[in-house]
Parts: sequence; structure tokens; C-alpha cells
Amino acid sequence: MKNRREFLKNAATGALMLGSQGKFGLASVLGQHAKADPSRLVVASDPALHAKDGRPDEQRVLDLLDRAMTAYTGRDHAVEAWKRIIPRDKVIGLKVNTVGLKPIATHLVLVLAIAERLQQAGVRAGNILVWERTAEELEAGGFTINTNPARIRCYGSDVAGFEDQVETWGVARVQLSKILTRECALVLNLPVLKDHADAGVTFAMKNMYGVIKMVDLKSLHTNICNPGIADVNCIPAIRDKVRLTIGDAISALYDGGPLFHPEHMWHPNALMVGADRVALDQAAWNMIERKRAEVGLPTLEAKGRAPRYIATAADARHQVGCNDLQRCGLMEV
Amino acid sequence: MNYSRRWMLAAVAVAIVALAAGSGCKKSKVNPFPASGAVAGWEKTGDTRVFAAKDLWQYIDGDAEQYISAGVISTSTSDYKYQGQLEAVVDVHTMGSPDGARKILETGTSDAKAASLGDAGVAYEQSVIFRKGPYLVRIVAYESTPGTPQALMALAHGVEAKL
Repeated sequence: MKNRREFLKNAATGALMLGSQGKFGLASVLGQHAKADPSRLVVASDPALHAKDGRPDEQRVLDLLDRAMTAYTGRDHAVEAWKRIIPRDKVIGLKVNTVGLKPIATHLVLVLAIAERLQQAGVRAGNILVWERTAEELEAGGFTINTNPARIRCYGSDVAGFEDQVETWGVARVQLSKILTRECALVLNLPVLKDHADAGVTFAMKNMYGVIKMVDLKSLHTNICNPGIADVNCIPAIRDKVRLTIGDAISALYDGGPLFHPEHMWHPNALMVGADRVALDQAAWNMIERKRAEVGLPTLEAKGRAPRYIATAADARHQVGCNDLQRCGLMEV
Repeated sequence: MNYSRRWMLAAVAVAIVALAAGSGCKKSKVNPFPASGAVAGWEKTGDTRVFAAKDLWQYIDGDAEQYISAGVISTSTSDYKYQGQLEAVVDVHTMGSPDGARKILETGTSDAKAASLGDAGVAYEQSVIFRKGPYLVRIVAYESTPGTPQALMALAHGVEAKL
């Protein structure tokens, strides 16, 4: 793990670059990060995040988000951190994950905290678009559908539709959601940390299955979703527009996922922030394995569903990110 | 009675017998979901949704494969609420045979407690799973409260009685 001074030095460099260059202000950030510390990630946690009623405390979630974002960007103040990385006059998509029922969906309280900070950073409410595959899934996750452009919008790709054109990369043959291609200037990826029956682990990269319509469902799910997930993450619109992941590890599943299995849920009480989806997924896999070992479950490798798509995404052909956490700027705050 | 009339009566008799036999063989359409108030404290808060095996991924994406390989025919689901507060969901998987239901139930973890439901069942703090014939029922509460296990068991018995 890098020390705070070293991490912040790189983070500040990246943030400055983000603010000063690029089509959307943010646009060049990741490119500049590549020169600085492209795979750095922050894991922020708060053991007291859950209140006595068993739900995450709103204020503590906001504080945790602030801590994660200031650490990630190297800024002293949360709103300043957001201003550095977000274009104010464009539509920002918040791609949540609500597959698996409300208790294991992206927490509404986290989405509201992000929306609050975005607005304080100058983004109009109507330019914030919370989305998932379908309106039904959003509602099942506890979100309220809204298409009124005067307020924070929330709807599914079933409402917006999909592009007619089929995008191809490796085994991936998909149609992209128009929310991704036409509505959003950039997308914040808000996945949930979960074990996954088909993929081994679902987190930053797997959440991109929710921005597409699969022309060939099977090819993306065979062989523990390898190379399906890696291939989908190479599609240019996904690579370019999905800039930052704020992973919801407030509650997580260490087995039985992606559906809600309360008997396999635990509360890491953490947020995982980074631009490198591969690094985030590697860290997520490690967390799940640690928890499985703690409760006496066999490894995902032993269960025959190690998420090999992570290494595939890091290989020379895909280059989605870095799966060597020794080389990443991993910072725990 | 002339010849043609005798034939007509015979045909009617055969049709009646065939109709009776047919309806006797046909599986009655099961509605396993207790109506609001049928189980004390429980209210059915949503419409019943039904997914055929080929569409199951739309409901349990990422988990559908294990049900398909166990021979699921369809899955029905509905939301419930207990005393206006505790949310829960009831899933009823109709498998091709009791073996399919057994296969899914056996994947449970060792920390489950045996529950006296249907042909076999298990209970956790926030969920109950049981099988009865070709049906595999899973009831999950969204929150854990002191009264959750007891409330779930009551609802599970309500579902069991309708299968």
C-alpha cells in the first residue's frame, strides 16, 4: 500500500489535469491519471456505518463518501473534489445495480449522497440520471421512477431503448443502452460487492452487463463469464464514458449471489473508489475470499468459479486495467 | 329407440366420460400465494409475476442457471409485508419433478435449521426454504427483527397449505 503523501501527490496531479483539460473537464483525467497513478483506488470504511435499526446512517454514509472522494482526488473538501472531476453542464449517469432485491442493491442512501454532492458541485438535478436495465428492477431496488427533467431522473434502459447497431468486441455482440450513448456525458459506476453464481464475483466490470442488451446471451455467460465480461468492458463507449466507480461495499454477499441471500450477507461498511475497474474487481475478489475463509467456505477457485475474467481484462489484448494490487495505489482510509 | 339415436346417446356418454377423465388428470392450477389477511399480519403487496424457464434470467439474473439445470418450469413471485413494516418476497419455483426441488434445497448451508414444512425445509434468521412435491418455495425477509423468524414461518405454512 502506498503512503498517504505519495498517494495524494499523484491524486492531486491527476485531479488538476482533470479540471483543466478535455471535452467535459473530466475527460482527460483518466488519461492524465494513466501518467500519474492510473490504477489507484481508495477503500474507505466506517465500522459504525450501520445505525441501531440495522440501516446505514445517512450522515455517516455522506461522511464516508466525502472521505473516499477527498482521499481519491487529494482535495481537502468534498465539494471541491467533485468539482474537479465532474462537468457541470452535462448529464451524469449513476449506473446502479439492483439485481438481487433491495437489501443487496446499490444503497439509495449512497445514491442520494452522491446526488447531493453533485448538485453542490454545480450539476443541475435534472442532469443527474439514475439508471439500471429496467424500471421494474429499479423499483425492486427501492428507487422511484421519475422522468421529469426538473428533478433527479431515474429510469431504465427499457424506457430509453437500445441502439440498433450491434457492437462487437471479442465474444461480445451487444446493443448499447441509449442512456449510455445519447444521454450521459459520463457515467459513475455504482456496483455492489457480491459473490456471483455465473461469474464468481460481480462488482465494477460485471455491472457493465447492465448497460447492454445481449444479442447472444450465452456467449457472455459461458466459462464463468470469461472472456465475456472483459470483452464487454472493451467496447469503446463503455471504456470511454464509464469514468469512475464508487463501489458499494456497505453490505455484500460472500456466497449465493447475485440474489439476496441474507444468510450470506455481511457488512464491510466500505466504499471502494477508483477509475480502474480491473483493480477494483481484484480488490473485491480478495475481500470476498477473505470473508469466505473467515466463515469456513472453500475458495472460489475450489468451487470452480474463480473470476478469471479479471486477469483477462488486464492482459495485453484487453488492457482494461491492472490486476496486480501491489502495483496499484491502494489506500485504505 | 332407433339405431341413430342409440349412437347419439353413446357418443354423448363417451364425451362425458372423456371430459370427466380429462379434468381428473389435468393438474389443477395452483395459486400458492395467500391473500392479504389469510395469514395473520401478512399483506400481499404486489401482483403475482410469473416467469417461464427461458425468461427466468429476467427475474433472477445470475442465479437462473441452477434452477434451469434442476428442471424449473416456471417461477412465480409476489411481495408481502408483515404488519405494515417488514417486507418479504415469496418465490415459488415449479420444478419438473420433486428431484429438481430436492436438488436446489440441498445446496443450503450447514448453519440452516431444519424446519417442519412440506417434504423438507430449512430456516435461517431471515429466510425459509422448503419443498413440497415439485414445488420449491423460498421466502426472504428484507430485514432481521426479533419477530422475523416466527412471522416467516407463519407465512410459509400459509403457502404450504395452498400447494
